[in-house]
Amino acid sequence: MIEIKNIRKSFKGTEVIKGISGEFQQGKVNMIIGASGTGKSVLLKCIVGLVTPDEGNVIYRGRDFFNSEKDVQREIRQEIGMLFQGGALFDSMTVEKNVMFPLDVLTKMPSDEKLDRVNFCLKRVGLENVNTKMPSEISGGMKKRVGIARAIVNNSKFLFCDEPNSGLDPQTSILIDELIKEITYEYDITTVVVSHDMNSVVESGDYILFMYQGNKLWEGTKDDILQNDVPELQDFIFANHILRRLKEKA
Amino acid sequence: MKSIGKYFILLGSLFKNRESFKTYFKLTINECVLIGVNSIIIVVIVSTFMGAVTAVQTAYNLVSPLIPNNVIGLIVRDMTVLELAPTIMAIVFAGKVGSNIAGELGTMRITEQIDALEVMGINGASYLILPKILASVFMYPLLVIMAAFLSITGGYLAGIMTNIITEQEYIYGIRLDFNEYTVTFALIKSVVFAFLVSSISAYKGFFTRGGALEVGLASTSAVTNSVIAILLADYLLAQLLL
Ligand SMILES: Nc1ncnc2c1ncn2[C@@H]1O[C@H](COP(=O)(O)OP(=O)(O)OP(=O)(O)O)[C@@H](O)[C@H]1O
Ligand SMILES: [Mg+2]
Repeated sequence: MIEIKNIRKSFKGTEVIKGISGEFQQGKVNMIIGASGTGKSVLLKCIVGLVTPDEGNVIYRGRDFFNSEKDVQREIRQEIGMLFQGGALFDSMTVEKNVMFPLDVLTKMPSDEKLDRVNFCLKRVGLENVNTKMPSEISGGMKKRVGIARAIVNNSKFLFCDEPNSGLDPQTSILIDELIKEITYEYDITTVVVSHDMNSVVESGDYILFMYQGNKLWEGTKDDILQNDVPELQDFIFANHILRRLKEKA
Repeated sequence: MKSIGKYFILLGSLFKNRESFKTYFKLTINECVLIGVNSIIIVVIVSTFMGAVTAVQTAYNLVSPLIPNNVIGLIVRDMTVLELAPTIMAIVFAGKVGSNIAGELGTMRITEQIDALEVMGINGASYLILPKILASVFMYPLLVIMAAFLSITGGYLAGIMTNIITEQEYIYGIRLDFNEYTVTFALIKSVVFAFLVSSISAYKGFFTRGGALEVGLASTSAVTNSVIAILLADYLLAQLLL
């Protein structure tokens, strides 16, 4: 479980995150949703410690990240896997080296064991025979898969995904969403997904935190999101014509 | 002013929270290959012509029959060792290696590859930049030594082929009044220039924000800032050490 308490962050005097709290449960797909520019990525970066919040705490299973000693922070970091918006694979390394990288730097595993683990994870995300390809030689969807494999290779307990299906066609998006959901349940991971794709929200959102201009306006689950009474959230959900028509019919 | 402060903070952070020695050793060797070996061709071409041009132009300027021809050799040698090899090559180095470092780090920044490293608890600055600086500081003096030899050889070839000087005169000239300190000075300069080019370019690349356009701008400003720093340092070192 990850608990965030009253996170605030400003850039050059403009407050981007205005005091957000929430709880992300283990074995659940937790989602942070909201329109473009509301600060979802900044909040996610605060949670994983890439950006230091001006105020507030992030607590990983009882360990307060920003108020911990360096070795505790390192220990937490070892348990974190992150999938970035564009995959963020290292250009200069093959797919295999990319996935192996966390094992190289975080563990002392012998090389044959590392290779087994890498192949296992690549297979788990549905990729085979791509080990020697460079990131520039594979498609966007494959990059995301490799990114997921890299994020879970070190048996991560916490998985963070920044817009896992941006830039993908609807079918591939669904496959990636399914994959994240499966992995979360299978390995009992605390997953936090940033998204503005309503499809994945109603499919996977075990816990949903809706952000609007740096504030949390709503939280709940996929089962009650359609019955919310927050005008900003309704605008956000029913921006999609098909959904709006469905709502009007209902 | 603010960016100078940020530059020194970055340099300081290179030594915080480091990886194992073995990791750095491997990374540095890789960078040596990329930075050193890949610069050889451009260094060969530029330095050979530099020496040749110096020889021909010196001969052209020496109109008095009172000045012996071997002075051409002497001038080629001194110009090469003191200025041409370390300084002009540093400008070439900034164009080749500096822009490369800034482009690579800038791309890694905007595609979140640096964030991906830092999420794993790796000090991105140190992991990416330190090997590049070490490799530059190690390889660039070697390139300068090679450039000096080639430049003097270039002067020799041009002199002989255009019949402005005989082999004996040239060789006598390059051995005349030789002061070993000029070589030491050239090597000190190369280490300083290599450090400036690699660290300034890394700084420019590492703090890139935005997209592909900004990466291009970072590359350009890495080169211009490196060149300015080289020339300033050249002047200061000459004042201090000569
Ligand atoms: N490093 C930074 N420096 C200054 N401002 C920043 C920085 N990072 C983000 N911002 C600002 O914070 C705001 C929120 O950005 P953020 O990237 O979190 O949006 P987002 O909700 O993730 O949007 P999107 O869905 O488009 O990714 C934006 O106005 C952005 O300009
Ligand atoms: Mg974002």
